[in-house]
Amino acid sequence: MASYSTNEFRGGLKVLLDGDPCIILENEFVKPGKGQAFNRVKLRNLMTNRVWERTFKSGETLESADVIDQDMEYLYSDGEFWHFMATDGSFEQFPADAKAVGDTVKWLKEQDVYTVTLYNGSPLTVTPPNFVELEVVDTDPGMKGDTAQGGSKPATLSTGAVVNVPLFITIGEVLKVDTRSGEYVNRVKSS
Amino acid sequence: MSEQPAWRPHASLAVLKSRAQQLAFVRGFFAERGVLEVETPALGRFGVTDPNLDPVAVTVSAPGVQVGWLQTSPEYHMKRLLAAGAGAIYQVSRVFRDGERGRRHNPEFSMLEWYRPGFSDDELMGEVADLVCNWLQCERPDTLSYRDAMIAWAHVDPFEASDRTLRRRCEEWLEPEQLAGLGRDGCLDLLMSFAVEPNLGQERPVFITSYPASQASLAKVSVESGVPVAHRFELYLKGIELCNGYWELTNPEEQRQRFQADNRIRRASGKPEMAIDDAFLAALDHGLPECAGVALGLDRLLMLKLGLTDIAEVLTFPLEEA
Repeated sequence: MASYSTNEFRGGLKVLLDGDPCIILENEFVKPGKGQAFNRVKLRNLMTNRVWERTFKSGETLESADVIDQDMEYLYSDGEFWHFMATDGSFEQFPADAKAVGDTVKWLKEQDVYTVTLYNGSPLTVTPPNFVELEVVDTDPGMKGDTAQGGSKPATLSTGAVVNVPLFITIGEVLKVDTRSGEYVNRVKSS
Repeated sequence: MSEQPAWRPHASLAVLKSRAQQLAFVRGFFAERGVLEVETPALGRFGVTDPNLDPVAVTVSAPGVQVGWLQTSPEYHMKRLLAAGAGAIYQVSRVFRDGERGRRHNPEFSMLEWYRPGFSDDELMGEVADLVCNWLQCERPDTLSYRDAMIAWAHVDPFEASDRTLRRRCEEWLEPEQLAGLGRDGCLDLLMSFAVEPNLGQERPVFITSYPASQASLAKVSVESGVPVAHRFELYLKGIELCNGYWELTNPEEQRQRFQADNRIRRASGKPEMAIDDAFLAALDHGLPECAGVALGLDRLLMLKLGLTDIAEVLTFPLEEA
């Protein structure tokens, strides 16, 4: 397995620390003119999502972590695992457990493409695209002529996600939603 | 569409103008005091032995020379000039230190180095204060011993604490297994960098003086309150290390021994040993006049002048864009 020395540390590098895969966020080089050099490094533990601050003597090394991001299509859930298929033409399938899917579960729509982060070949996290388009399956009846006014109501989407929508939205409409904020963006014309 | 490499200068035009003014100020300062500006090689046949400095090696082809070293400071060459009777001299030069890149480091940087025959470290500190405070328009520096600074902020006595106590103290930053390979001076450097330095010179500049003898480098050592201390000083402002000065060691025998000790440390830590600069030692054998010398980082001085916190902001092109 490759390893990286402190002078190769940079934001985005994936390394193993205390046995967990981590991504380097910041690397600060500190050295008295005539003294020993150190690196103060901020890393996010990809297993726990916690941010760690660690100090290294310059020249110390960390093993690289076998972590890659891959685009995958969501296929189905069998109740225990959510199954994804690589879109690189390999048709390789990967089962992701509830921990890996996490909150993304509420944005999972079959045949849509997600970023699956693989650690040693197994899904570690599943990240939705910034915007998804989902159908409204339940909401209070729409109010005619209320397109310009404010006010909102909850709407349940096909994946089970609940978002606040304007009052004029009706069941069966397809909405564009920002997955980062969980907010309604606009209606999408059904094709 | 492929991304264009960054080609624009990092420093703004206003910064470039301030840099030019700073250089003019420095030259005026020394001209007024009758200190001679000199130029010595940036590329030499020898690099420093200092265990914590990694010079950049370059291949050269010239009669009798196959390998050259970009100088980490013009010290050896300037001391050869002093031994030859140059008198008070200064130099503005580019120096090179491998592996040093961060918010306050670039592997190539501008150094102002000067030597004052007949000056002690105290007298040279006065001149450093004149230069820095006139340029920055700041208050005169305080003076604090290395020992008092360590006691105040790292809560250890660097001269009295046992190795075990020092290591304990360092466990705030390093795991025990990382500390295993760190010597006493390494522990002190860690505490200096993380516990002490950020507090130094926040109101006005402060000189740190009387370093442990083990960190004397090329400074004279004498006994103060029962412990051997180096006649070495550094100036800090806003937590930034600005210069490093010595009442210079003139004894060639002791210099030889320090070079050998450096190489022993290098060998023990797996670093290449450095050939010892025999021309420099020959100059000491001939006789280096009693003098004090100091090296000051001009990029950092400019950062302080302009209130900038990243060295890249005062450089036209930091290494990764150069």
